[in-house]
Amino acid sequence: MSITASINLQRGSFQLEVKLELPAKGITALFGRSGSGKTTILRCIAGLERVNSMSLSVNGDVWQDEQLFLPVHQRALGYVFQEASLFPHLNVERNLMFGYNRVAKAQRQICFTETVELLGLSSLLKRYPEQLSGGQRQRVAIARALLTSPRLLLMDEPMASLDQSSKAEILPYIERLHASLGIPIIYVSHAIDEVSRLADYMVLLEQGRVLAQGPLQELLTRTDLPLAHSANAAAVIKARVQAHSDDYISELQLADGQCLAISQQNIALGTEVRARVLARDVAIALVPPQQFSVNNCLAVTLLEISDDPNPGHVLLKLALSDQVLLSRISRRSLQRLALQPGQLLYALVKAVSLDL
Amino acid sequence: MRSFQQLVKCLTLTSVLVVFSNTIAAAEPLRIAVAANFNGSLQQLTAMYQQQHNQAFLISAGSSGALYAQIQQAAPFHLFFSADAQRPTQLVAEQLALADSQFTYAVGVPVLWSTDKQLIDEQASVLKTASFKHLSIAEPRNAPYGAAAQQIMQNLGVWQKLNEEKKLVRAQSIGQAYSQVASGAAPLGFVALAQIINADGSITGSYWQAPTTMYEPIVQQAVILKHAEQDPQVLIAARKFMHWLQTPDAIAVIQAAGYYVENTR
Amino acid sequence: MLSADDITALWVTFKLAVVSTAILLLLCTPLAWWLAHTRWRGRTVIEALVMLPLVLPPTVLGFYLLLLLGPKGWVGASLEAMGFNHLAFTFTGLVIGSMIYSLPFVVQPLTSAFQAAGGRMLEVAATLRSSPVDRFFSVVLPLSRRGFLTATVLSFAHTLGEFGVIIMVGGNIPGSTQVASIAIYNHVEAMDYASAHTLSAILVTLSFSLLLAVYALNRKFKVVAIT
Repeated sequence: MSITASINLQRGSFQLEVKLELPAKGITALFGRSGSGKTTILRCIAGLERVNSMSLSVNGDVWQDEQLFLPVHQRALGYVFQEASLFPHLNVERNLMFGYNRVAKAQRQICFTETVELLGLSSLLKRYPEQLSGGQRQRVAIARALLTSPRLLLMDEPMASLDQSSKAEILPYIERLHASLGIPIIYVSHAIDEVSRLADYMVLLEQGRVLAQGPLQELLTRTDLPLAHSANAAAVIKARVQAHSDDYISELQLADGQCLAISQQNIALGTEVRARVLARDVAIALVPPQQFSVNNCLAVTLLEISDDPNPGHVLLKLALSDQVLLSRISRRSLQRLALQPGQLLYALVKAVSLDL
Repeated sequence: MRSFQQLVKCLTLTSVLVVFSNTIAAAEPLRIAVAANFNGSLQQLTAMYQQQHNQAFLISAGSSGALYAQIQQAAPFHLFFSADAQRPTQLVAEQLALADSQFTYAVGVPVLWSTDKQLIDEQASVLKTASFKHLSIAEPRNAPYGAAAQQIMQNLGVWQKLNEEKKLVRAQSIGQAYSQVASGAAPLGFVALAQIINADGSITGSYWQAPTTMYEPIVQQAVILKHAEQDPQVLIAARKFMHWLQTPDAIAVIQAAGYYVENTR
Repeated sequence: MLSADDITALWVTFKLAVVSTAILLLLCTPLAWWLAHTRWRGRTVIEALVMLPLVLPPTVLGFYLLLLLGPKGWVGASLEAMGFNHLAFTFTGLVIGSMIYSLPFVVQPLTSAFQAAGGRMLEVAATLRSSPVDRFFSVVLPLSRRGFLTATVLSFAHTLGEFGVIIMVGGNIPGSTQVASIAIYNHVEAMDYASAHTLSAILVTLSFSLLLAVYALNRKFKVVAIT
C-alpha cells in the first residue's frame, strides 16, 4: 500500500515535475526551501489546484488521472493549513463538528471525544476562534481535520506561523498522532529540526524537482545530498530508554546492545526515542580512549570518507550496526590517523539531543 | 515693514474696486421668476425689450409652487410671473409683493393633444371611449392646467371612471405632461396650447380645444416683488417693463404664443 | 392629519421598497459573487456599469427608463408585441426603476462581503467535505451577513426616499404609483405645509429607526463573530 503521485505543472516561470512514491503509513516530510514547490504539491494532492497532467492514487484508490478529477470535498483527506483558518462565526465545538457532520456515520473512524482529549481541547469547546492563542487554534485545526476520518492527512507547515513556545506546545500532539493513529501524514516543512524529529520518510525538493526520496535516516546521511554537508548536518539514531541511574543519567540502548548515556530525562523505561547527533559533535579515536571526559564511546565501522564544503574538513560516514552516524573532522586528523573505509573506529559523542 | 505697506496698498485697491462695483450695480439686471409654461414666451419678450430699452434680464424658470416657496424664503427676485392668480394674491397679502403691480399677463388655453393624427376628433370622443392606457395631466392640486383638465373631464362625465381605472398620469408640471405625450410614453394628455404651437403657427398631431365654459379660466398673473424696492432704479425699471407688457406689441407676441389676453386690468 | 391618499402613498412606498429590495438581493447575489471571484478582464466594465446609477441624475435615469419601458421603447414595444402591457406608469415599471437606482447600493456591499468571505475559508470548507453549494450556504452566507444587512438597508432606505426616477417612470397615479416622496412634494407645491411636515416626519422617523437598528445589529455581529 502506498501513495503514488505524478505531477506536471507549469505556472509562469515555475515548473513542477515530480513523481512520488510514498509509504501509506507514518509521517512523510516534503522538505525544501521556500519556492521549491512543497506547498504546491500538497495543494495538488488535495485537489485545491487543478492540474491536468497529474495522477494520484491513495492506497489503490485513484483520486485523479487523465480522465478523473475527484473534487476536493470528495477526497477522504484532512488538510491543516499554515494559519489555523478556523471559521470565525463558529465556536470551537462547531468548528470541529463542521467536517465530522459531513462524513457518513458508517465511515467515521475517529471518535469525537477521544480526539478532543488527544488534542487537549475539552476546556475550549465553547470559545470562539478569536479568544484562542495561536497554538490553541492550530490544535483545533488539526482536530477538525482529523474528525473527517481522513485516509491521508496533509499538513502545510502547521507550525511556521507559531512562536517558539506555541511550537513546543504543538509538537507533542503531532507526535502523539503519529503514535496513536494509523493515518499517513504528509508534512510540509523547511525546518530540518522539525523534520528530523517527526518524519519517517522524506522527499527532498529543489526548484520543483525531487532531489531524493527515501527513509529519513538514509537521506540525512547520504553524502551525495546537501543535507549531510550543511553546517547542522546530523544523524538520527533510534534507541530505547533502558535505565535511569542515581547520578542523573539516563541510559539509551541501541540495537546492537551498545549504550548511550545522556543527562536524565523524564521518560518511561522501554520508550523508543530518537537521538539526534550532529556531525560536528562526533570525534574519532582508533582505540577507546582512557581518562577522558566524554561518556559516550561507540564502536563503529568507517563506511565512507567524503569532502566537505570547507576544504579543511572531511565528513565520515560511520556504521553503528544498521544505523548511521556522521562525523566531521579536520583533514589533518584524517591524514594523521590514516583512516581507511572498513576500519574499526571509536566514535566519541560529545552531545546528543533527544526529540521527545 | 515693506510687505506690510504692500498689504495696505493691496487692501486699499480692493476696497476701491468694491465701492466702484457697487455703483455699477445700479444698472443691475431685472431678476424674474417665471412659471415654466410661460418661460419661452417671456424669453422672446425680454429679448425684444432688451433691444429697445437696453435692459438686462436674469430669468429663473420653475413651477409656480416652488418659486413661491423660494420667494417666501427671501429669494432675490424682482418680478414673479405665476401660472395662476392665487399665488401673486397670496404674496400681496403677505406683503411680499406690491399690490398695485398685480395684473393678468395671459390667460392659458388647455388642449387635449396627441402626436397621433387620428386619435383626437372634434368631439374628443376618445375621452368617452377611453380606448387608451394612460392620459397625462398636470397634478390638479398644484397646476392650474391640471385643475382645468379635471374640470373639463368632470363636465364631460368621464373623470371618475378614468380616475378609478388609474389611467390618469399626474405630471409634476404642465411641462412634464407635455414631454410624456411628446415622447409617446402617454398616448395623449392635457397640455397648454402655447406648448404645441410650432414657430409657423401649425400644430403637430391632433388636438381638441375645450369650450371655455367647461373650466375656470386659467388666469396667469404677474407681480413686482418687495425685493425690487431696495433699489429705486430697479423698481423704476420693473414698472417700465410691466407697463410695456400691456402694450399692443407685447400682447401680439403673447397671443401668437397660444394665450388669450384679457383687456381688463 | 393624514389623508387617505397619504396613507395609500405610504403603503405603495413600502410595498415598492420591500419588493424591489427582495428582487435586487436575489439577482445581485450571483452577480456580486461573480464580480468578487471572476478574473475576467472585462469585469471592470461591469463594475463601472453597476455604479453608473450613482452618477446619473435620477430624473435623467427615469426619463430614459420611461422611453425604454413605454409603448414606443424597446422593452415596452416588445412586451406589447408579445401581448403584454408596456411598463410605463405601472407599479412593475416603478420596481424596475428603483432596482436600477438602488443597484450599486446592493452590489457594492455584497461584492466586498463575498471577497472577504471567499478564498481560504472556502478551501478549508472543501477539505472538510463540504460541497460547493453547501459551502455557499454554510460558510459564505454566514460570513457575509453584514454585507447582506448593509445591502438590504441601503436599498430599502434609498427606495423610501426615491423621487426623481419614480416621478418620471411612475406617473404619480394615486393608489398605484404615487409614493410618499411625491405626495410630500405635491403638498409643498400646493402650499399644504402641514401635511408635508407630517408625512416627512413619518418617513424620516422610519428611516432613522431602520438605520439605527442596522448599526446596532452590525455591532453585535462584530462582537460575536468577525475576527
